[in-house]
Amino acid sequence: MLTAEEKTSVTALFGKVKVDEVGGEALGRLLVVYPWTQRFFEHFGDLSTADAVMGNPQVKAHGKKVLESFSDGLKHLDDLKGAFAKLSELHCDKLHVDPENFRLLGNVLVVVLARRFGGEFTPELQASFQKVVTGVANALAHRYH
Amino acid sequence: MVHFTAEEKAAITGLWAKVNVEEAGGEALGRLLVVYPWTQRFFDSFGNLSSASAIMGNPKVKAHGKKVLTSFGEAIKNLDNLKGAFAKLSELHCDKLHVDPENFRLLGNVIVIILATHFGREFTPDVQAAWQKLVSGVATALAHKYH
Repeated sequence: MLTAEEKTSVTALFGKVKVDEVGGEALGRLLVVYPWTQRFFEHFGDLSTADAVMGNPQVKAHGKKVLESFSDGLKHLDDLKGAFAKLSELHCDKLHVDPENFRLLGNVLVVVLARRFGGEFTPELQASFQKVVTGVANALAHRYH
Repeated sequence: MVHFTAEEKAAITGLWAKVNVEEAGGEALGRLLVVYPWTQRFFDSFGNLSSASAIMGNPKVKAHGKKVLTSFGEAIKNLDNLKGAFAKLSELHCDKLHVDPENFRLLGNVIVIILATHFGREFTPDVQAAWQKLVSGVATALAHKYH
């Protein structure tokens, strides 16, 4: 899926990412930009405004958890389906999350990386990351039935 | 029909005023062609699209990108009637250009990413939300006359 150069550049950029900050920002932005996604997090408390969402400690904690899982996935770029098999079952059988939301979160993550890295987020890096988030979204949808 | 609040309109127009349409247009179209390479099929006449740097430096890509984003700018003046504003372009893209409407969504997402790279901190969650709504509205408007 990714060439050797793409894997190197993706890993290098991601190595500079502060997982807890970026995770919180990505999940927060998902909830703000696509407000229907808040339905999965009703127990998180105050999600009433963008500021409330972005400052919400449960959003930050859960965002960090999600991005740590994503980071683990990056170590298994050759077998994303295997790496995310259990999480796929969880999201289908227990959490009942529509797989379209994985694509939305992937796109938000790309926007957050673009925002943080600016010019360093070249077209090539964008292309590589887009492939990765698409691969992760597909892997997470793979066990759905 | 998509409806924008006063705050959303302000977020959109406020950011747009600072956008260099020529540069951003070229960058948006270029990145579309790099990140989603199948979209190159619509631009076979553009010459060298063989690498990311060839695409980003290609003068036809830059010129056409500017044209596309200028048109987008017109939409921003017609936020209350995107379907009307894009009716003719919708017919053109369906009847003459035969572009799958999914590509409008892809280009919209690329525009959001470029704004994020350029504006950094200023590209707050609220601003991102307003722009995501705009690009979705434009994509829908461009698909509206398809048959």
